[in-house]
Amino acid sequence: MDDILKILEKDATLTPEALAKMCNRTPEEIRAMIAEWEKQGVILGRRTLVDWERAGEEKARAMIEVKIDHRGAYAYDKLAERIRNYPEVKSLYLMSGTYDFLVVVEGKSLKEVAFFVSDKLSSQEIVTATATHFVMNTYKENHVMFKVPTADERINELL
Amino acid sequence: MIPYEQLISQSLAGLKPSGIRKFFDLLSTMDDVISLTVGQPDFVTPWHIREAAIESLERGHTYYTANAGTTDLRRAIADYLDRRFSLRYDPHHEVVVTVGGSEAIDLALRAVINPGDEVIVPVPSFVCYGPLAAMAGGVPVMLETRPEDGFKLTPERLRAAITPRTKLLVLPFPNNPTGAILTEEELCGIADVLRETNVLVLSDEIYAELTYGRRHTSFASIPGMWERTILVSGFSKAYAMTGWRMGYLAAPEPLAREMLKLHQYAIMCAPTISQFAALEALRNGDDDIAMMREEYDRRRSFLLAGLAELGIDCYPAEGAFYLYPHIGKFGLTSEEFCERLLYEGRCAIVPGTAFGDVGEGYARISYAYSMRHLEEALLRIGNFLKTL
Ligand SMILES: Cc1ncc(COP(=O)(O)O)c(C=O)c1O
Repeated sequence: MDDILKILEKDATLTPEALAKMCNRTPEEIRAMIAEWEKQGVILGRRTLVDWERAGEEKARAMIEVKIDHRGAYAYDKLAERIRNYPEVKSLYLMSGTYDFLVVVEGKSLKEVAFFVSDKLSSQEIVTATATHFVMNTYKENHVMFKVPTADERINELL
Repeated sequence: MIPYEQLISQSLAGLKPSGIRKFFDLLSTMDDVISLTVGQPDFVTPWHIREAAIESLERGHTYYTANAGTTDLRRAIADYLDRRFSLRYDPHHEVVVTVGGSEAIDLALRAVINPGDEVIVPVPSFVCYGPLAAMAGGVPVMLETRPEDGFKLTPERLRAAITPRTKLLVLPFPNNPTGAILTEEELCGIADVLRETNVLVLSDEIYAELTYGRRHTSFASIPGMWERTILVSGFSKAYAMTGWRMGYLAAPEPLAREMLKLHQYAIMCAPTISQFAALEALRNGDDDIAMMREEYDRRRSFLLAGLAELGIDCYPAEGAFYLYPHIGKFGLTSEEFCERLLYEGRCAIVPGTAFGDVGEGYARISYAYSMRHLEEALLRIGNFLKTL
């Protein structure tokens, strides 16, 4: 069962029919499992990893460290709920260490991202400080190398 | 003009070049072909293993090692064989690190064959045993395994093939190209036949880590068989290390000593950098093997179910990364089928006849390919079948 989750985590394009053959089950069983996982919020989405730079599209991405004032109750979750609703926010994590949240923001330009930080993050009452780090290059994401895949170089020998 | 043809060794000149060349040459000129022909893992060698090789260079380990391989590596091999297959070998006298399992096979054959000695080679199997046995002066005796036996060697057929001239039995299981394995019980049956004889065994267990549903049993672990077995294995398949050329043999000292002598004169030692990589593989590579095995197993299940859906009969092989479906029922010879599938269906599989006449009616499908690749291949095979 976990097997199927692991397989799907690596390749969301596999159909229930293919998964059924791989795991000696029926497509109906697989569909039911997936539906159940979706219902429980175990499977939350399926997306395609795109290298926008190679696609010729300009994007700016930043990792923003956010520190908050700890005096209020429920401060973390309340703020997180606010922040994650912004469509500009790609990822949001609560962190251990010297700051509280790591916010990944994506926009069309550096300026757009910078504005977002000052308008929407720094302006939050309980935010005491932010530090913005722009991403210069992506080498790897979600276990995927950001490079043009090499062709199969295995030779045909009768091995 | 030098009369090369007259000068070349006669036994070598007498060897036929691999029959599959033509097919592969054809394949290499075509694009938009989905190929299932390759006999090596699609995985890149795990990073920690590559890193160990890099580190060995950084530390300047660029010299010959002992002829038999580094002490650390031989110890690690002996430990591994014990841990995985309950085999006891003395790393100092009974283990030799070789340039791939291929060299180990050659050493074993050359070490024991006298002119005219018969070498029993179950077929279909990896194509090197017969030619190398012949080059060593032996007489390869091809012993056909049958589909109704699941392409396994049976005691009855073995007994019938043994003559007073039989020197060696090659035991190529898990098998390339059929994927057949021999269970402990089946190996015991083979052992019972051999016990009455002095026939030696070259057990090529290079696919030992790639069995599905049950663990591999080494022939050398069958009571009384250790003494007559030359165990050949290597890193190519289990750890996705084909390019490193790392293999080994393990055998009783009187045999290992002679093979080491040959190895010493012909090779000196296996590549040092690869030996460091192999050591890391044995020490920390169990998880990699498990990950790859699981992946192969899923692809195997996928293909078996997919072939069945297409109406192609295939023995549910339990080892290596090959399936060996029966394609004879489509009314074409293996080569016709595979050539037309290539030209018309844009999908390449290896005609069984590449493994000798016994392969007529069959083809080898490798599943050392991504799921996406396999899905596309099945689709193409299906479309092609509709045109027949
Ligand atoms: C059955 C068998 N034995 C031995 C080998 C040799 O492998 P290597 O020389 O890479 O260890 C192969 C390679 O395909 C094989 O299929």
